[in-house]
Amino acid sequence: MAIFLNADSKVIVQGMTGSEGMKHTTRMLNFGTKIVGGVNPKKAGTTVDFPGGQQVPVFGSVADAMAATGANVSVIFVPAAFTKAAVIEAVDAGIPLGVVITEGVAVKDTAEFYNYAKDKGTTRLIGPNCPGLISPGLSNAGIIPADISGPGRIGLVSKSGTLTYQMMFELRDFGFSTGVGIGGDPIIGTTHIDCLKAFEEDPDTDAIVMIGEIGGDAEERAAAYIAEHVTKPVVGYVAGFTAPEGKTMGHAGAIVSGSSGTAQAKKEALEAAGVKVGKTPSETAALMREIMKGLGH
Amino acid sequence: MDLYEYQARDMFEAHGVPVLGGEVARTVDEVRAAAERVGTKSGGVVVVKAQVKAGGRGKAGGVKVVKSPDEAAAAAEKILGMDIKGHTVKTVMIAQGAKIAEEYYFSILLDRANRTYLAMCSKEGGMDIEALAVERPEALAKIAVDPNVGIDAAKAKEIVDAAGFDDADKPALSNVISKLWNVYKAEDATLVEVNPLVKTEDGQIVALDGKVSIDENSSFRHPEHEVYVDHSKTDPLEVLAIERHLNYVKLDGCVGIIGNGAGLVMSTLDVVAYAGEEFTMADGTHPKPANFLDIGGGANAEVMANGLDIIFEDAQVKAVFVNVFGGITACDAVADGIVKAYDILASHGKSPKPLVVRLDGNNAEKGREILDSAKLPLLERVDTMDGAARRVAELAAQH
Repeated sequence: MAIFLNADSKVIVQGMTGSEGMKHTTRMLNFGTKIVGGVNPKKAGTTVDFPGGQQVPVFGSVADAMAATGANVSVIFVPAAFTKAAVIEAVDAGIPLGVVITEGVAVKDTAEFYNYAKDKGTTRLIGPNCPGLISPGLSNAGIIPADISGPGRIGLVSKSGTLTYQMMFELRDFGFSTGVGIGGDPIIGTTHIDCLKAFEEDPDTDAIVMIGEIGGDAEERAAAYIAEHVTKPVVGYVAGFTAPEGKTMGHAGAIVSGSSGTAQAKKEALEAAGVKVGKTPSETAALMREIMKGLGH
Repeated sequence: MDLYEYQARDMFEAHGVPVLGGEVARTVDEVRAAAERVGTKSGGVVVVKAQVKAGGRGKAGGVKVVKSPDEAAAAAEKILGMDIKGHTVKTVMIAQGAKIAEEYYFSILLDRANRTYLAMCSKEGGMDIEALAVERPEALAKIAVDPNVGIDAAKAKEIVDAAGFDDADKPALSNVISKLWNVYKAEDATLVEVNPLVKTEDGQIVALDGKVSIDENSSFRHPEHEVYVDHSKTDPLEVLAIERHLNYVKLDGCVGIIGNGAGLVMSTLDVVAYAGEEFTMADGTHPKPANFLDIGGGANAEVMANGLDIIFEDAQVKAVFVNVFGGITACDAVADGIVKAYDILASHGKSPKPLVVRLDGNNAEKGREILDSAKLPLLERVDTMDGAARRVAELAAQH
């Protein structure tokens, strides 16, 4: 099963013909992701040959690509200045899942396209500034290296790209149902809570690793959600105990999150919700390893 | 990126937000001249305000109300050069004096939890708004703002109603709030705060003190924001890092840190600090991280060499930890970068510092082979993150 992304996912790439888009589309194709098209109005009607011998058609719009291929996922690599327009186009076409890899997107643009998608109610967005998601053995939408870990029954949700890789690597002997990199921007499309809910409902996930970092209060809210709604075991890790105070946290912003921007506050909130929190990524992996063994794996 | 108060004032004025006269001055003579000009509209009364990006200026003595250019000069004599929470006062703003009848509070900011904007407004401004939010939350109106709608006339009315203003004041306040929204939207701000927003004795609504943060990711459509970039950083290593486009923050410990990805580097700082607790240095303290340096995803040898070069330049650094998990980044490129950094070092006639390298992920084996065959002095390879952190802390304590 996995969450959000499975063997039936048909993926298009917005920005496929750019250098980042080409590089990562090649990687996704090599993994076995069903890439059914690229989008670029200037190159509509052409076909791109990839090193593995695959040929991928280019469409003029997301709507055209969906009509021709039945695509249900779009991975977005377009430059930051054009990301909002690309996301709005995907939302207008009604694509069920939009994965926004682009980093450096202006937060106003994200606030606008996120709320636009929310009002339409037909597209789940992941990111921006995220590595995407992978359901090992099934499909890979984004830039998470596919060879780190194989399929298994652990679900992973993380704000950080490299910590996602690190954790998948540490637990590669158990494997993952789905790993989701939600990104660390101030506003993101899919949250820890969205992933926790999906993993809780996924029959192929037995336990969940949640990776957070300083800033905002997403981890605290996730902790409250876990206490109420999650029955599967959750292991957590929070980065940034010794990091200097974040400059992005404005004076007035601190009012909204109270004292809850620090790693310590996040750790305490998670532990109060029954989540085991590791001091280091390796210790966190060890906690998960014990849980998986306890579950008979 | 936070703006200075005088920059916020000028930005407000450009968007039609009512502000009082204000000029920036950097010397006592400039202060005297500015006070002559600014004070003409307020009977000679001006306020000398330290320009630092830190709160608590008033308490620190950085804000003085004076009645003449001579008094302004005397006040500036004390304020210029003053230290406020680690910030040296280099500029002051000479602001026109005001006869204040009432002080209010207004802000617009990003609401990360709800993924909207949030407008906050209170009839009780001027004080510490965080304290007000805790002690009397009912006195602070919080109204969600849809990013795609913004603060239109209806939303402005909702805000002033919720804050409980007198009906007579509402039209003028709504008007100012609409203009502050224009600042927020047009300038790609993540925070616009006015504290206090005042009503003067003659009934005018004026933004007396403003704080604005702008989103650096919006620079592609705001070339004019370049002027707000603070080039006053004095740490030479941070200056060098900016020149080389490296994401570097100087800290005060002795273990140099390089990694790829913000999350992994933050995690590395933590792991080194924990490991450091086990070791004690000659001065009785424990080894701690000397910096944050993220070489980013897909880093090449050049970037790695540049980064390591900066760390080696740091006199406080006693040992260095390179912690890379190759996702997109290839570990062989990282290893090539390390070899290159040693070459640069040798070409400058300098000797290396103890270096612990942990490479995992993409092309890790190739990378490890490159390091092993290069036989670089003082370099050790440890293949687990926790083990490498422990070793680098131990080395730092020994040197």
